[in-house]
Amino acid sequence: MALLTFESVGLSYGGDNVAHDVSFSVQAGEFWGIVGENGSGKTTLMKALLGLIPCASGRIVMGEGLKPNEIGYLPQSSAIQKDFPASVYEVVLSGTIGWRGMKPFYGRREREMARANMDMLGLLPLAKHSYQELSGGQQQRVLLARALCATRKCLVLDEPTTGLDPVVTAEFYKLLNEINRRGMTVVMVSHDVGEAVRSCSHILHPSCHPPFIGTEAEYRNSPIGRKYLKETAV
Amino acid sequence: MMLASYFQNMPEIMIRALVVGTLVSLCASLLGVTLVLKRYSMIGDGLSHVGFGALAVATALHVGHASMAVSLPIVMAAAFVLMWLTEKRRMQGDAAIAVLSTGAIAIGTLLFRLSDNQYQDICNSLFGTASMALLSDADMWITVGVSVAVLLLFILFYTRIFSVTFDTSFAKATGVHVGVYSMMLAALTAVTVVIGMKMVGAIMVSGLIIFPALSAMRVCKRFRSVMITSAVLSLVCFFTGFFLSLLIEAQPGPAIIAVHVLAFLVCSLVGFLNNRIRARRNRSIVVEPPCKAQ
Repeated sequence: MALLTFESVGLSYGGDNVAHDVSFSVQAGEFWGIVGENGSGKTTLMKALLGLIPCASGRIVMGEGLKPNEIGYLPQSSAIQKDFPASVYEVVLSGTIGWRGMKPFYGRREREMARANMDMLGLLPLAKHSYQELSGGQQQRVLLARALCATRKCLVLDEPTTGLDPVVTAEFYKLLNEINRRGMTVVMVSHDVGEAVRSCSHILHPSCHPPFIGTEAEYRNSPIGRKYLKETAV
Repeated sequence: MMLASYFQNMPEIMIRALVVGTLVSLCASLLGVTLVLKRYSMIGDGLSHVGFGALAVATALHVGHASMAVSLPIVMAAAFVLMWLTEKRRMQGDAAIAVLSTGAIAIGTLLFRLSDNQYQDICNSLFGTASMALLSDADMWITVGVSVAVLLLFILFYTRIFSVTFDTSFAKATGVHVGVYSMMLAALTAVTVVIGMKMVGAIMVSGLIIFPALSAMRVCKRFRSVMITSAVLSLVCFFTGFFLSLLIEAQPGPAIIAVHVLAFLVCSLVGFLNNRIRARRNRSIVVEPPCKAQ
């Protein structure tokens, strides 16, 4: 069974239909890119996947024991206040909150999980630093570590490289590919079609009719894919 | 001497005031951090005006001796309405607050007049009682019970409150019931406003909530240290302000808030100097390698 299955999902945002009858399934270990211009419904699709908004029609089925609150989510950086006083460790640790059940405090298992993910992303030296004083790339790595703390199977990223310079962006994609290679399923929303095609195994482009759903190679050879790749290359 | 005679003649009353003040200061300072960070500071301010109106209702109903039993539910209802309006964007939050607070002041003032009360009552509600010793037995026990409950809830839900405050959509995606926590926050704020109002008055109670958090954020950059600093500052300012008010024979409310203003200025200066030193040091910081996984 697939990890995630969209069964003729329809979505609306602010009264407008942004997706209509979308069906596809994500297998464990795949790297999906949801691409398209602003307002094409990619963020709405992702929010439905996270259970933040309801489906207007159809349904999203999760397989392989994945629960809706066990998806690691990396929101757009603009969703977080720039001046929030929190240490890197506090932020990463807060990712484990879903594993704790009704316990009021973090236990040893959660602290170890946070430490292991910080170690993997090279964040341990920054553990006590304040989140607000980090560079954009470091902040994204902190949020990635937090997202990894929330999941064992599936990461969902919303425009993860907005505002990052090209060097840091390349580093971030390298990290994502490494995490994906280790078996983590990744679903990423991005307006950067070029980068998405380079990293993803599958592409969903919701704004065309019918929406494009297929592998990265199929997308490169499709009319819509060629059009977008040419446009963004200029 | 004034201070000594206070200690000798009214030890029990003093202890009462100090216990209530300590509990209220702790509640206000902890809650303040979340309210300021969630940009809800003005909700606290709006609620304090509703609190004034609620006190007027209590006076009109001739239950002034247990005014909190009346004002608590009224202010809590107002808090839920404000939170609901803000979250659902039914109305612009700041406009809703302005409407509610001026409305409550108007109706409250009229009620005070109609119930044939002394000008003193209005003054006390607005600027705090001349001495916290005037707290009735009923009100004191309500204050103690309610503030202990606020503190317990805050400690038990501390990690979830952090999660919801830092990043609402992530918290929601990991299964935290964000709506429940917003409403809990509204209820806790309402409660803190009502109990704090007795101490420093309706006009200044939001200062009790906002000042310690703001001051702490000037000097601390981690959530937990902000919380702890805020609580400690709040207690220090309360005790300093309270004894200052005895010395100069003024009302405790303005004295406490004045000390908070002073603390804020000091913290701002310390924070400013700290940032300059840190900026100079950070220029030489080395960026570490991104991933050791490869």
